[in-house]
Amino acid sequence: MRLLGKLGFAVAACLFGANVAAADTVVKWLHIEVNPAQVKIWEEVARSYEASHPGVKVEMQFLENEAYKAKLPTILQSKDRPNIIYSWAGGVLKTQIEAGVLEDITDSVKSGGYSDTIAPAALAAFTQNGRVYGLPIALSQVGFLYNKDLMAKGHVDASKIKTWDDLLGAVKTLKAAGVTPIVVGGADKWPLHFYWTHLAVRIGGKPAFDAALKGENGGFAGETFQKSGELFKQLVDLQPFQNGFLGSKNPQAVGYFGDGKAAMILAISSFYHTQRALAADKVGLSDDKLGWFDFPVVPGGKGEPSDTLGGITGWLVTKDSPKEAVDFLKYFISKDVQARLAAGNFIVPVVKGGEAGLKSDFMKQIAANLAKSNYHQNFYDQSLGPSVGRVVNDVSAEIAGGSMSPQDAAKAIEAAYKQGN
Amino acid sequence: MAIASPINVAGEAAPQALRGPGWDGRFTVLILFLPPALLLFTLFVVLPIGEAAWYSGFNWNGFGRPTQWIGFDNYRFVLETRAFWLALRNNGLIIAVSLAIQLPLALTLALMLAEKFRGAVALRMLFFMPYILAEIATGLIFSFVYDGDYGLVASIWRFFGAEPPYLLASTDTAMLAVLIVIVWKYFGFHMMLFIAALQSLDKSLVEAARIDGATRSQTLRHVVIPLLYPTIRLSVFFAIVGSLQLFDLVMPLTRGGPADSSNTMVSFLYNNGISRMRVGYGSAIGVILFAICVTFAFTYKRWFMRDE
Repeated sequence: MRLLGKLGFAVAACLFGANVAAADTVVKWLHIEVNPAQVKIWEEVARSYEASHPGVKVEMQFLENEAYKAKLPTILQSKDRPNIIYSWAGGVLKTQIEAGVLEDITDSVKSGGYSDTIAPAALAAFTQNGRVYGLPIALSQVGFLYNKDLMAKGHVDASKIKTWDDLLGAVKTLKAAGVTPIVVGGADKWPLHFYWTHLAVRIGGKPAFDAALKGENGGFAGETFQKSGELFKQLVDLQPFQNGFLGSKNPQAVGYFGDGKAAMILAISSFYHTQRALAADKVGLSDDKLGWFDFPVVPGGKGEPSDTLGGITGWLVTKDSPKEAVDFLKYFISKDVQARLAAGNFIVPVVKGGEAGLKSDFMKQIAANLAKSNYHQNFYDQSLGPSVGRVVNDVSAEIAGGSMSPQDAAKAIEAAYKQGN
Repeated sequence: MAIASPINVAGEAAPQALRGPGWDGRFTVLILFLPPALLLFTLFVVLPIGEAAWYSGFNWNGFGRPTQWIGFDNYRFVLETRAFWLALRNNGLIIAVSLAIQLPLALTLALMLAEKFRGAVALRMLFFMPYILAEIATGLIFSFVYDGDYGLVASIWRFFGAEPPYLLASTDTAMLAVLIVIVWKYFGFHMMLFIAALQSLDKSLVEAARIDGATRSQTLRHVVIPLLYPTIRLSVFFAIVGSLQLFDLVMPLTRGGPADSSNTMVSFLYNNGISRMRVGYGSAIGVILFAICVTFAFTYKRWFMRDE
């Protein structure tokens, strides 16, 4: 009887609770973050927002990266779409804006001088024709993370790797010493496209990319892009990667690096953090064993050595969302929260003053690199949209696997670009 | 008039339509039962296929309504893609392996296990087990088995003192590795079909053959297997249609890679149509695949399964 009473009470509580929830404004927030430590901070931020804004409920939903990308068009066109979604800016964002599924949040972002608190380049990535459709959360840089012990074992001075030939030389020396030079998650393809893309950034710089977008100089089949394939092939021919690299996924590869089994990894700056979680012992390489050098320059290349390749990630608000969604985003992307995320080494902040939270020297260095970069190229596979970007990933993997020539690779991208536009 | 219905006994006339088995009766059945079936069929079969065919004429990324009509260009793009032909070839390989290795293996095991002996049931369950396992789980398990660093295959290689291969990471071996998993996963299903057929065989025919002095292999060849033909035909049908639809084993194993070497038609559709948001292009692949399946199904039914 007592049990029944308890049950009845529980049911009543549930019903009552459900009623209260229904009366609230619910902000549905869809994310793809797999790092539990970071999600925990997000949760806490959401709860503290709820505490200071009675009547608003922030609901977090999760989808895995690839599933998210595949489902997004459908999700966005459903009536029950989430209010806040994750974005890598670039071509996908452009498509979404053109389809009219996003909310123009320009007015509320500009009000009260809020937009001035954000790094202009980062905000620009979410702006089109002067209208703002989202807010950036983090920047990242692509470069080489290395294992100091293994570099020493292979008698390579990483601080001297400045040019592409230096890198090729280091690979040869490491191989001769019996050290696996580089690890890469080739099955995911995009880690391989970093090589191809970053070489293009070094060889042609911003002018080459802009020209290719306009179809000038042979577009993506032009000289710059053929050359980046050729230089990439020089590296591939040295067999620098771990055995079976075309079958490993990125998390495996990052874990392999964290286990201390390879000297280098061409990494997004956030791998600095994820290699710990993905290593077999969940500890990974400690700070004193980790080093970083920027992507080598190509002699005669038109790109500046300070140019960077990386990501600009952020949040979008979907059409017909309650105004609380934007309000929460502004709360989320504020100096305090950014400083907190920066302190956990999760992000390079985009809000001015947020970098005060940066604790590790490594993250400070990345932030400094990004600050002095005049040309930050968003990942090609995001920047060019899914239909062309994935072809860039494909051909990078094919060059790495030896099944496609650099010339054919460049032509394939140009063909996809023409088809997609 | 002795078979008059109770209604007639009661002196009332039966309604026209219920009176007899002639045209009127069939017409009533048609009126009553056709519309729901037709409606469901239209709603769940004809419309989606028609929609896919319609979308395949557009250059469309899945947002809003398709507007850019490009006619048959998507089909041309598909047919010009090397990866499509690779995928088609792989589907052909899967069918070949299913017919040449999987079904004979299943039949042999069925002939051994259909008889009653100690442990027969346990062995049957053991062989059937892979079929029960979800495809995605099978794929994940085998991606570990094939792993060149920690996998079972690697340890076997190391045992013999050789450098282990990375089967899923090479364009030469990835498809082979997938084929092995396919055989492992589905032979149990066909074995069960054969066992069921064997157990319902008319035993007297086998006995008659024995009494006439036929040897074991003669009985098998001239009596048992011919009696199994209907089941074999069904098995072949399942094997081929299943091979054409294969997707969920490939994704966790190789995702169609490296360099598209292990794509099937469906994983090719997914990788190119869905992941790249080229819905028109994907629809074109879907329509081609549908055409192949339908052509096969009708031809096969017409030629081989006419009596059933």
